[in-house]
Formats: sequence, C-alpha cells, structure tokens
Amino acid sequence: MYASPVKQASSDARGTRAGLIGGLDLGLLAAALGLITVSVYILTMATQDDVPGSPLYYVVRQAIYGVVGVGLMLGASRIDVSRLREHQRAIYAAMIGSILVVLLVGVAARGSRRWIELPFFRFQPSELGKVLLILALSAFIVDRVRRLGDRATTGHIVVLALVPALLVIAEPDLGSGLVYLAITAVLMFVAGTKWTHLAALGGMAAASAVIVLLALPTVGVEVLKPYQVDRLTAFVNPTSDPQEQGYQLQQSITAIGAGQKTGRGPEGATQTRLDFLPEHHTDFVFSVVGEQFGFLGAGLVLSLYALLLWRALRILTSAKNLYGALVAGGVTAMLMFQVFVNIGMTIGIMPITGVPLPLMSYGGSSVLVTFLAIGLLQSVSAQARSTELARTRELSAA
Amino acid sequence: MYLDNRRPTITPQLAFRVAIIGGVALLMFSVIFFRLWYLQVLSGDRYVAEANDNRVRDIKVQAPRGQIVDREGRMLVDNRTALAVKITPAELPKEVAAQNDLYTRLGQVLGRSPRRIRDDVGEQLAAVPFSTATVKQDVDLPVVQYLMENGDDFPGVTVERVFLRRYPYDEVGAHLFGTVGEINEEQLDGKDYRGAEQGDRVGQSGVEATYDRYLRGRNGATRVQVDAMGTLTGSLSAKQPRAGRQLRLGVDLDVQRTAQEALGEGRRGAFVVMDVKDGEVRALGSTPSFDPNLFTKTIKQSDYDRLSDPINGNPLSNRAIQGLYPSGSTFKLITATAGLEGGLIDPSTPVSDPGSLNVGGTVFKNAGDAVNGVLALPQALSVSSDVFFYKLGLEANGEGDGLGIQRWARRLGIGRKSGIDLPGELPGLVPSPKWRAKANREGIGDGRPWSAGDNINLSVGQGDLQTNPLQMAVAYAAVANGGRVVTPHIGKRVEDGDGRVLQEFPAPARRRVDVEPEHRDAILSGLRQAASSPGGTSADVFKDFPIPVAGKTGTAEKGLGRPDQSWYMALAPYPNPRYVVAVTDEAGGFGAETAAPAARRILASLFDVRGEEKKVVKGDSRTF
Repeated sequence: MYASPVKQASSDARGTRAGLIGGLDLGLLAAALGLITVSVYILTMATQDDVPGSPLYYVVRQAIYGVVGVGLMLGASRIDVSRLREHQRAIYAAMIGSILVVLLVGVAARGSRRWIELPFFRFQPSELGKVLLILALSAFIVDRVRRLGDRATTGHIVVLALVPALLVIAEPDLGSGLVYLAITAVLMFVAGTKWTHLAALGGMAAASAVIVLLALPTVGVEVLKPYQVDRLTAFVNPTSDPQEQGYQLQQSITAIGAGQKTGRGPEGATQTRLDFLPEHHTDFVFSVVGEQFGFLGAGLVLSLYALLLWRALRILTSAKNLYGALVAGGVTAMLMFQVFVNIGMTIGIMPITGVPLPLMSYGGSSVLVTFLAIGLLQSVSAQARSTELARTRELSAA
Repeated sequence: MYLDNRRPTITPQLAFRVAIIGGVALLMFSVIFFRLWYLQVLSGDRYVAEANDNRVRDIKVQAPRGQIVDREGRMLVDNRTALAVKITPAELPKEVAAQNDLYTRLGQVLGRSPRRIRDDVGEQLAAVPFSTATVKQDVDLPVVQYLMENGDDFPGVTVERVFLRRYPYDEVGAHLFGTVGEINEEQLDGKDYRGAEQGDRVGQSGVEATYDRYLRGRNGATRVQVDAMGTLTGSLSAKQPRAGRQLRLGVDLDVQRTAQEALGEGRRGAFVVMDVKDGEVRALGSTPSFDPNLFTKTIKQSDYDRLSDPINGNPLSNRAIQGLYPSGSTFKLITATAGLEGGLIDPSTPVSDPGSLNVGGTVFKNAGDAVNGVLALPQALSVSSDVFFYKLGLEANGEGDGLGIQRWARRLGIGRKSGIDLPGELPGLVPSPKWRAKANREGIGDGRPWSAGDNINLSVGQGDLQTNPLQMAVAYAAVANGGRVVTPHIGKRVEDGDGRVLQEFPAPARRRVDVEPEHRDAILSGLRQAASSPGGTSADVFKDFPIPVAGKTGTAEKGLGRPDQSWYMALAPYPNPRYVVAVTDEAGGFGAETAAPAARRILASLFDVRGEEKKVVKGDSRTF
C-alpha cells in the first residue's frame, strides 16, 4: 500500500536527486555530518598525547565509527519503520536479553559492567537499548492508543520502561537508565497520556529521587553507589570535595571559562593537553571545544544541535502515522536529553551522570546508535514526504 | 484521533505538546547560552588565571646560607651539600594501603619507622599543600642509588640536593654560633624572619638567629609546567637563588678554643673575653657545650632532651649570658666604686680590719679568719679584705636612701641586660629593700625584712645577687676605660663571598658614668697588686706572666652544702687595659684555685704568650 507511491515519488521533480541521499532531510543530515566532523577534528587536537606512540588512536577509531555510522544511517533511512511495529516483542526481548548478557558476562571497567567484547570493538547494549526501547515502546503505545486514558495502560508502559532502565542502572550505568526514562516520558507525552497521569508520575519520580539520594543513604541502604550520589550532588557545590567528583566539574568549568571568546587554540589549551580535564575525549568533550575554540566554537556546536533538534521535531510533526511520530519523538527525546544533560554537566548546571554527548563523545556504541536513530528519523521523514507527494498527485490528477 | 494508525493532518493536541517540547529545548538552549556567556565572556579572565595556576608550579631552589668567619677570616660555620629524600604528593599512590606499603619499604631503606614517616609527611603537607615533604635530610649515596635504581617501587619519592649547615669545630663556640632549624608558624608570622618561606631552615639561636636576615639569602625558583599528575612537562623560567651573606665576627677562634679548653672537661662554667673600649667580644662560651651539627638536620628528641637536661648541666643554656650567680669578691670593684663615688671613702681612707664585724649580734668574718689590720682601698682589694667591704656595705645601707651600692651596680650594668647581639639574655638581680619586700609579698622570699646584713652580703657579692660573667665583664670594662658602659657585641660586619665589606656594624652606643680618674686608678692599682704583689690573692697564679695583669678573685658561697663557685676577673695589660676576661666555674672552689688559672691561659692566648699550655698553675689564696 505504501510501496507504490514511493516509486512514483522518484520520478517527481523533487525526487530527481535519486541515489544515496535521495529523499533525505538535508538539514538533519548536515547537522549529523557536521557534528561527527567536529568530533573527529576535536579529538585530533585533544587526544594526541593520550595513547603513547599512537597520537591518532582515538581519531582513527572515531572516524571509522563515523563512516560506518553514516552507512548505518543511510541503510536505516531505507527501512519502512512501520514494519518494525510487528516485531515489537522480539525487539523488546532483544533489548532485555542483551542487557542481561552484559550483566552476566560483560567486560568490567572501572567497577561497572557495560560492554560485550566483540572482535572489532566493545559493544555497549545499553546504548542500542535506547533505540530498541523507542521502537518497542512506541509500538506498544500505538496498540493501546484507544485506552491511553486508562491508568492500567500508563502503569503498563511504566513497567515496560522501568525493567530495562533498572537493569541498566544496575550495571551500573545510571546515565543510560535516565535516558530510558526520559524517552518513556516523552513518548507518553507525545502520544497523549493524560496530564493527571503525567503529573502523578512526575511526583513519584521526584519522591523516589529524594528517597534514593537522601532518605535511604541516611538509614544505610545504598540503592546507588556512593560515587554516583556524589556525582549527582557535586554540581550543587563543586568546591566541597575538590579531590573527587567536584574536581572534574571544576576543571571542566575552568577549561570552558579559560576558552574566553575565541578559545586558546589546540596548543594553548592546557587544561586538556595537560590532562587536568578528565575524560576529555568522552563525557567532557564539550569542555574541550569550549577551551580550544571559546564561545565561538561552543556556539557553533550548539547551533548544530539546535539544527538537529529542530529537524527532529519537524519530522515528528510531519510523520504520516502515529508510530512514525512516536519513533521520531523518542529519538528527539533521546538526543535532547543527552545534549542538555551532558553540556549542562560540563558547565556546572546539571548533575554528573555519565551521559555521552551524541556524535561528539568518543565511543563506537554511542556514535553508531545515534546514527541509527537519525536514520530512523530519516525514514520517518521519507515516508511522510512520499505520502505527501502521493496525495498531491492524487489531488492534481482528480 | 489517531484511528487506524493514520494521521492525515496533525492534531491540535499533538501540535501543542510538540510546541511544549520545542519550548523546553529553546529554554535549555538559552540557559546554556547565557551560562557560556557568563563563563567565557564575563569571567574568562578568572578562569584563564585558574588554568595557569593549575599548570604552573614553582619549585624552590634553596639558597645556601652565608658563612660565618672569625675576625681573621677563619671559617667558623659553613655548609655542606647533602642528599635529601623527599615525597612529591601528586605522585603518591592514591590508596591509603598502597601509601602505607610505600612508607614501609621506605622505612626499611632509610631506617625510620613507617608511622613516623607517614606522620611527618602528613604534617608537612598539611602546612604547605602541594609542596614536597622531606622524609630524611642526609642520606648516604648507596641508599640514594638504591632508591633511583628501584624507582618503580618508590612512586612519588624523589632525591634532592640540599645544603646543610656545618660547624667544623663542633662544640667550640656553639653558644655563640647557635643553631638552625625549620621556621615555625610564629616566626613565619613575625617580622624577624621576613622573606623566609615555609620549610626554610633559619637561625634559631646564637648569631645564626640574630643575623639571620643577612645569613639566609634568598631562595630561587624554577617555574615549571606540570600536568594533572604533577609530572614535569617543561620549564618556563628560573630565578637564581642568592646565597646568604658572609658574617664576620669579632671573635678570635684561637682564644675561643683555648678558653673552652681552659675551663676544662666536665666543668660547668662560662667565660667572656671582651675589648674594654668598644665591647667587641673576642670569646664567649659556656660549658658543658654541645654540638650544633646535631641541629642541622631535625634534631632527635632524645638528643634534645639530653642537651636540655639539668642533670647533664643543661648544655644548651649559655651560662655567660643566662647564668644567675652571686659573684663573690669580684663584686668588690662595684662596692669600691660606689664607696669612692658616693664619698664614703677616698682612695687613702684607712679602715681597720680586725678580722670580723659585729652588726647587731651577727658576726661577719673574713674568709679563712684572716686579720688584715688597717688598710686603704687598693690594699683591701689586693688581699680581698672582707671586713673592709662589710663596713662599706654597712655604711652605704645607712647613707641617704641606703641604695648607693645598688645604684652603682645597675649603672655599671649589673642586674640588667647588656644588649649583646645574642638571643636569650637574662637580666639577673641586684637585691634591694624594695625587691625583698615585693618577694615577701608574693610569697617567694623567706619572709625576712631587708636588713643591714643583706647590704653587707651584697658588698662582697654574696647573698641574693644574681649576675653573670658578661655583666661582670661590662662593669670591669666600664671602670677600666674610665666610665664608658659598653654594649657587648659579636657581629662585626657583613661581607660578600670574597670578603668585601658590604655593611659594617658600628660599635653600639655606650652609656657614660662618672668615675673619677683617680678613683679608677686606685681601683686598678688594687687589682694590679692583687695579681702581682706578695699577699695578692692571685699573685701566685700570675707569677712569671709576661703581660701585666690586674685581676680579682671571687669565691661565691652557694650554701646548702654545694661547692663554692670560683670567679676571676682580669684586666690587661695594666695600667691601660685593652681586654677584660671573666671566668667562672660553678663548682670550682676558691677563685684562685680554678678560675684564675683558666684566665691565665686565656690571657696567654690573647697576647700570644708561648709555652703556657704545659704550665700547671694553681693559686693558694683562700679568700672569698
């Protein structure tokens, strides 16, 4: 039913740019390519001394992830997203399964099990889980759209989201868990869950945050590891413990502030080069941009994210069906949450949660999954256009 | 509604909710934008400074302390280089267990207890965070080589070359030179050590302390760039250290050494050799002495306890300026001056000495029950007639306010600080009715009111008098030089490394007191007779001595079965003395027995008299 209009669209005047990028949302594409390019460039400067004898260690890998990611995005953009709805159970099972596998046999690094060792790189199921959750949960919501006002439906959705979120938090990967929750919240919001339900859930979330962060630790029960609590609360008063979590934050703020208007350049960026800024290729990559290229550079990166999010929201509103809209909404939520929480963390207005900056932070799983998500957006966008074209065609024929 | 999963057009509800998401995004972008504006544009300068603070470290380059030389330029105190083991905190293992392992390994190599190392390092780092902490000051080369070869086992351990103070003559002149030690909080805050930094070793006693600002020099610094681990990544600039200035003392090393030997091994006493005209000190010392080299590294508590234990004679105390002694008959010079200047006698007034003086039932006798008959002042000094001076003391007590002797004692510098350029001087005490009343009021006296007997005791330097060899030297010098009360001083000038004068210390101000020339002559001739005429108390000690000496013996009774304290005051050459020599031995017995022979050896060294070392002289006089 949907297939024939697409074929027709290709013969249309706007469809003459057939081939790889035919039918793609160019703004979205430009933003994604721009960000991965900036990432590779920044890593070239920032990580040249990180791996002795191999100044391009991270750069080469990130570039490969970028290239593979772009391929993944183009591939995903050709998928008919609606078809994925039928496989929602399999997708959900795959998500839970991979997270369980990592909990059982994953590679431990710095006290957490997050990765599965693959021949070429370390695969992080909690990253892929973000996209799988979007696909599965959107499908579930579409199935129940008539009963969206029922409390049972809302409860069901929350349970479906909490299971993977809590499993991921147990790895422990608090950041990804929070992304899952943010995705779920936005999906419900976009689908049209009642305000009263949303308000009740918000209240419960706030209450559990208070309990987990304040009440339980005082009676000796640790839901989160102490370091996670420290990180979450460090931004409130970064100087209180300059040796630990507050230290990272202070160094990040110092790096960004020292960048001033136009930056200190790659050589003068001592915070990055002399390692005062920890995790400068992953979680704190935005601080590197801020130090090396100042307000100007940070502004450029922010503009690319603004473009990305604007296009994502635009695609959300133009989706031809609810499932497409929800998928677009979930991807938007995922990107938005990560961008704001990560950047907010580097400038001291958000807790330190270990959320990567999409397409900027070094990391195969994150880059590939982000491109995959953008590919899904492109697919939603392409379908919307073809439907539009078909309709105008029918109208003009009539 | 989304029936059939088809959505031909966007519903108002969805549009509204998407608008809210867009609004949230917009809000977040503006919050980030303004925060970045604040951090980068408004406060950028502050963060640039913070970033530079992060990476720039100043490594202190220790300035060597200036040398101390004697009046001839002979080196008395210098420095040696040593290797010190230090801890760089940024490179220490982070875990406490690993740190303790390191301290255990280090303790085995250096022979220190791991706990002491940990406490030590912790203390130093608490005082100055991010600097290095010294674990051991002076480490042998093989140990250093071992540490270097096994660097991986000793993370954060570094070896630095440091200058350590060296006192080549060990115990000779220890009380003059003093000691160095790490600067303390109080000194850092105070004015005396301005420019000194935490961790510097500064003068803590002796001329090391008095002239610290010249000796100390100025530390240099190497400014380096470090990374987050504290590893050096390059050097930025360097400020050369400026070595401390050389200090030349008025002291004569030969005299100092001879004097210390003359007092003798195992004795407790002190000596002062001083120029009578300007107060320049040629030698000054106290026995038992100590080895200031013990202080160049941080002194061990056991060593410190030993050196300040009264049972060992408290070697750290400087008896020449801190002793509180009755002076015995050497005080008669002051009584004589008071009597002459107060008009109680003149140089030829005959006074009868029947051997004793009865005052209200108390009988004051001559030492050794001597009966001297009628004598005038010079002879009374020569034979050390006690009765002569008892009578002066009695008379002075009834004359005017009764404080004639006390006034002259203070005028001549007894019972007050001399102002010498050494820290820790004690004023001592000249007893008076007022003092006794106050002591009784405060419950520290014996409750007896002041009586004539007190003044009689004072007149011969017994009783409650508390003075020291330096004060006595000042008093004798003042009479000998015709009434100038000098301020004793040790430092002569500051020089650069080649001995060129940078700053001369002028002789400090002198006070004038009026001593009639004929009175001075009478006193000096009495002292000369004492050291030369038959019957003179020290005549046998100075027999055959080529330099004409004027001198006075003293034997202070300390009561309670303790041995008498031996004193000798010498002025030479008579009749126009250049030097005054004061010697006391706490348990030396009669003045002629120990102090006078020691003074002879000192004078021999001072005037380069040969062949004195082998002579054994001992006076027979049994006078007080």
